[in-house]
Amino acid sequence: MPVLSVKNLVMHYRTKKGYVRAVDGVSFDVGVGEVLGIVGESGCGKTSISMAILRLLPENAEFRGGQVLFDNGNETVDLVGLADSAMQKYRWKGISMIFQSAMNSLNPVYRVGDQILEAMKRHYSEISKEAARKRVEELFRLVGLDPKRMRQYPHQYSGGMKQRAVIAMALACDPRLVIADEPTTALDVIVQDRIMRELKRIQKDLDMSMIYISHDIAVIAEISDRVAIMYAGKLVELADTLTIFERPMHPYTNGLMNAFPSVVGQKRKLRTIQGEPPDLLKPPSGCRFAPRCSYADGRCKEADPEFRILEEGHYVACFHPVEKEGCLIKGVTESAE
Amino acid sequence: MQNSPLMAVRSLKKHFDAESKLFSKAKLFVHAVDEVSFDVEEGGSLGLVGESGCGKTTTGRVIVQLEKPTSGEILFKGRNISEFNKSEQMKYHREVQMVFQDPYESLNPRMTVFEIITEPLNINGIGTRRQKEERARSFLNQVGISPAETFLSRYPHELSGGQRQRVAIARALVLEPVFLVADEPTSMLDVSVRTGVMELMLKLQEEFKMSYLYITHDLAVARYMCHRIAVMYLGKIVEVGETEEILSNAQHPYTRALLSAVSVPDPRVRRTQPAIKGDISKPVNPLPECRFLQRCPVATDYCRQNPHPPLVEIDEGHLVSCYEATDEA
Ligand SMILES: Nc1ncnc2c1ncn2[C@@H]1O[C@H](COP(=O)(O)OP(=O)(O)OP(=O)(O)O)[C@@H](O)[C@H]1O
Ligand SMILES: Nc1ncnc2c1ncn2[C@@H]1O[C@H](COP(=O)(O)OP(=O)(O)OP(=O)(O)O)[C@@H](O)[C@H]1O
Ligand code: SF4
Ligand SMILES: [Mg+2]
Ligand SMILES: [Mg+2]
Repeated sequence: MPVLSVKNLVMHYRTKKGYVRAVDGVSFDVGVGEVLGIVGESGCGKTSISMAILRLLPENAEFRGGQVLFDNGNETVDLVGLADSAMQKYRWKGISMIFQSAMNSLNPVYRVGDQILEAMKRHYSEISKEAARKRVEELFRLVGLDPKRMRQYPHQYSGGMKQRAVIAMALACDPRLVIADEPTTALDVIVQDRIMRELKRIQKDLDMSMIYISHDIAVIAEISDRVAIMYAGKLVELADTLTIFERPMHPYTNGLMNAFPSVVGQKRKLRTIQGEPPDLLKPPSGCRFAPRCSYADGRCKEADPEFRILEEGHYVACFHPVEKEGCLIKGVTESAE
Repeated sequence: MQNSPLMAVRSLKKHFDAESKLFSKAKLFVHAVDEVSFDVEEGGSLGLVGESGCGKTTTGRVIVQLEKPTSGEILFKGRNISEFNKSEQMKYHREVQMVFQDPYESLNPRMTVFEIITEPLNINGIGTRRQKEERARSFLNQVGISPAETFLSRYPHELSGGQRQRVAIARALVLEPVFLVADEPTSMLDVSVRTGVMELMLKLQEEFKMSYLYITHDLAVARYMCHRIAVMYLGKIVEVGETEEILSNAQHPYTRALLSAVSVPDPRVRRTQPAIKGDISKPVNPLPECRFLQRCPVATDYCRQNPHPPLVEIDEGHLVSCYEATDEA
């Protein structure tokens, strides 16, 4: 029984120019104690999926279909239909979020420690002041912040310190599921390494589930049990981590794997995936990757490839899945150093 | 003034009051930046890497005059920027721009993308409405925000994180600055989009001799963007040199630890745990000894008995601040 089951979710943003189709028929499950990584191009809809799950959406967002089934331990609820007040009781303790921007969770006028204490008190009314303090101190140490900094304001923190405070906050109420949206982008590799280890440890100890969004495929390789690849509002591939890295089948996934720059060995030319990112107001007809794909043929431009299972646990939305191991796609171009 | 570097930072210090008895009652200061010196030549780029909280952003903010230095000076084209008169000041603020670390904080939420990008042009009275629109569109396309038309009238909250970051870059570049402080400018971008942005910046560097102070924690990015890399630890530069030299022949134990902790995109490979002890450091009233002492895997008694090691040139253009590395320990 998965903790979270997203079924054919469709969420669009209404704008003057039409609908931005940010989440357009997305389905996936997250198992108990599982880490699902989500990777995709900037602007493809990763944050939108998380905000839709938590129902933290701007007023121009519209649900246009699908379900978000959350198992809170006793029963399964569809979060899409819930009233805001009912949703409130699932946030923090049920599902908590590490936002892409610290600004979304830290209030500039309150001390950082007090903000985390507040969040805890709301969910554990019986907790003593002393116990709550202890807990926050412990969380600070966990993310490598000096507990004395609890008394400082957000503007006295560096970028990476704010990010770590937000991680501490998200873990405060022992959530069943954490959605982490680019949680370590502002951190140097040593601090990042430490936080990943701690997250992994807590996640194992508490059987916590996690959705880990990142554009950094090295970090995704490290933390995820399974990986979903997103492109232009849709999932294009989903499989266990090893399979995604060893035998990616979608041409876009292949391109991603080949574009990764390295600090060791010979300095290679940078590679990019040819072509423009798609316009989500008017996504290309047929397969959305077709205009950038070197395998595309007439059918790809007309019909939308179904997200189908090609082997045990391996889903791909493509008419011409790449079969060979480590196959370089032609759409990946060399570019100037 | 012929051969003075474009930007020269000299013994820069920035201390923050550890205010409201935060760290007890005595006078305590956060030594955010402590005796930092470096040069950036015209058309050059220096990568600034280092631990979270080590003072990178603060250094950048002092350069663009958002923060007053506690001491030390900044020379632009050989002249001390604190001695600029009003009109020189204005020129400096036009020629030196900064891309801020968090695009959620730095973009004005009440302005549209068009207004955000063209505001610097307005302030400086450059261009007609049509020219400005052309310019905004062209920069948006170049940073991979396309089709640009559909973004011009949007507000920041209608953009993704990486799109905001690219709008911030476009805004900083629109005046074609001579010097750019780029603070983690591509941290939210996937490799493909990031490559496009990096290429744009390299192109501007080539065409207009634009120079960069490029703050990043991503050594792979620094490798492509920067001629030289300076590694900071707790407010001090501990190693600096040519990029490839630093990556292949790092001498400071902190730089080595950084390099060993870089992750690779392979689920079968576990990161080697960096050979570095203890907790994340605190810059409050630091001890006089080497700033890295408590965490250093190779520290000797010599390190414990002497002040923070000076930056010593061990090879042409390669400087290290470590007694072990310079064979004094
Ligand atoms: N309130 C909004 N109104 C209109 N469009 C929006 C709104 N919020 C986001 N968008 C658009 O929806 C798309 C998806 O945005 P989202 O923030 O989910 O992307 P993302 O995958 O998280 O990208 P990034 O990696 O850059 O953060 C983007 O193209 C963005 O411009
Ligand atoms: N306004 C301020 N008041 C007090 N302390 C500050 C202030 N701004 C920064 N600091 C402190 O100065 C030190 C350096 O901060 P800075 O933002 O320069 O770090 P950074 O190297 O950019 O880190 P990161 O990589 O996490 O962004 C930190 O200890 C920080 O807490
Ligand atoms: S469906 Fe066609 S266009 Fe889309 S990725 Fe596969 S081959 Fe390329
Ligand atoms: Mg996002
Ligand atoms: Mg910073």
